[in-house]
Amino acid sequence: MKMWISLMLLAVLTGCSSLGVKPWERDLLAQPDMQLISDPIEASLDDHVYFSKEGSSGGRGFGGGGCGCN
Amino acid sequence: MTHDKNRLTHGAALGSTLAAIGCSVLQGLPNQAMAGELEKWDADAAVLQYAESDNRVQATEAVVGLTRNVDSETQLNLKLTVDTLSGASPNGAMPDDQPQTFTRPSGNGRYTVDANALPLDDTFRDTRTTGAVQWSAPLGRDWTYSGGISYSSEHDYESRGVNASLSRFFNQKNTTLTLASSLSTDTVSPEGGLPVGLSAAPEWNSGSFEADFDASRNGSEADKQVIDVVLGLTQIIDRRTLMQFNYSLSLSDGYMNDPYKLISVYDEPGGTVQEYRYEARPDTRQKHALFWQTKHQFESSNIIDGSYRFLFDDWGMTSHTLDLKYRWGFGNQYLEPQVRWYRQSAIDAYQPYMTSAQLAENPDALTADYRLGDFDAWTLGMRYGYRFNADTEVYTRFAAYQQNPRDFESASTPANSGDLPGMTAYMLTLGVKF
Repeated sequence: MKMWISLMLLAVLTGCSSLGVKPWERDLLAQPDMQLISDPIEASLDDHVYFSKEGSSGGRGFGGGGCGCN
Repeated sequence: MTHDKNRLTHGAALGSTLAAIGCSVLQGLPNQAMAGELEKWDADAAVLQYAESDNRVQATEAVVGLTRNVDSETQLNLKLTVDTLSGASPNGAMPDDQPQTFTRPSGNGRYTVDANALPLDDTFRDTRTTGAVQWSAPLGRDWTYSGGISYSSEHDYESRGVNASLSRFFNQKNTTLTLASSLSTDTVSPEGGLPVGLSAAPEWNSGSFEADFDASRNGSEADKQVIDVVLGLTQIIDRRTLMQFNYSLSLSDGYMNDPYKLISVYDEPGGTVQEYRYEARPDTRQKHALFWQTKHQFESSNIIDGSYRFLFDDWGMTSHTLDLKYRWGFGNQYLEPQVRWYRQSAIDAYQPYMTSAQLAENPDALTADYRLGDFDAWTLGMRYGYRFNADTEVYTRFAAYQQNPRDFESASTPANSGDLPGMTAYMLTLGVKF
């Protein structure tokens, strides 16, 4: 099992090594709008609504508890 | 959640503690130093107004986030959330061709629902306060870590959480592997005490009401622990595109029932309602989620953000979530249409109602909570933002959320989607960043 996980990680990391940018090409990716969660407050408000109304939670981040939420 | 009283003490104490942390940093600094100190803080605040159709749940949620930038990679983040809820929530029972009377969860009163109307418990009221502190910093050249604590309190629910994460960069920081974990210990103390799973809900006009009510309760509070582990891979594809893949595992253990939800017992499908029972869910749950997100900036500087989540668990639920946002910038303003589609299948223990014959077989777990049933949901939203400069922005967002239950196909307890609770909610957010 351990060996499989190591092999998979290695494959992913090797596969990924051909992708990407040079350090001086990060101008666009450094913009706040290009962050994966560009607005953490909107994301947390959405998570709270969907956590309260649906049977699923988490995925993007933690899906834990934190409220009774009827 | 809850009924009647609001206990704000914990929340208020937490709020003052967080404010005190912020103030103590600023206190005692000379004016010039204070101005310099203020420049290192970012603030992010928003208010959400949430309203469900048919006078169901109404909520107002206010969030304030403060970030102290120690350097470009080291941050302290403080977040305080307060939300208030009121309105009516489906109690789990089916609509019936006769008026139905239910005892309030506290045992101090009753409410009657018209014939053919969806049974809603209208005594729903609560205030919740949440505080969180998060620290993140680099660890040498190729690693970063983060750690945080959180606390949340409402009238009948309390939660304490800790989390930690560790990330490693590869390939000139184009690839990031993250391992994150969180632990939360929650306590539920329902109005009127803890209902015994699948015990009979006491009948208000019964001669033995007091004895029946006591027999349906077992103590006043119960605990739940939730452990989450997330393994994430972030990959920069090119100058305009990045991608993330997450696998997350969530293990819950403890009291998982909704103490205010009932299930109707019929003599036969389409027959006469015999009684109501409190719902019961399994006391452990293991959820797995696979999450993929990608973000791309076009030559025009417009940004597309798409994500997909597949979730499955040992309660028998599977769900699919697709989320798409397109940010269309013009000058110092932007418009962002948003669409989200969600579909879940019911858990094994879900039934819209049960029959007397099923009850006689002493089932372990049964719930009629529509949130664990089969449904599809759509969210359509639009966000508009105006930027005064790189750091200052005001924005507003309006979204409509619609849940459409699907027919419950079953040989023993079939139900038509028209008899199950659908829902429409409207959300309006106003926010500011500076």
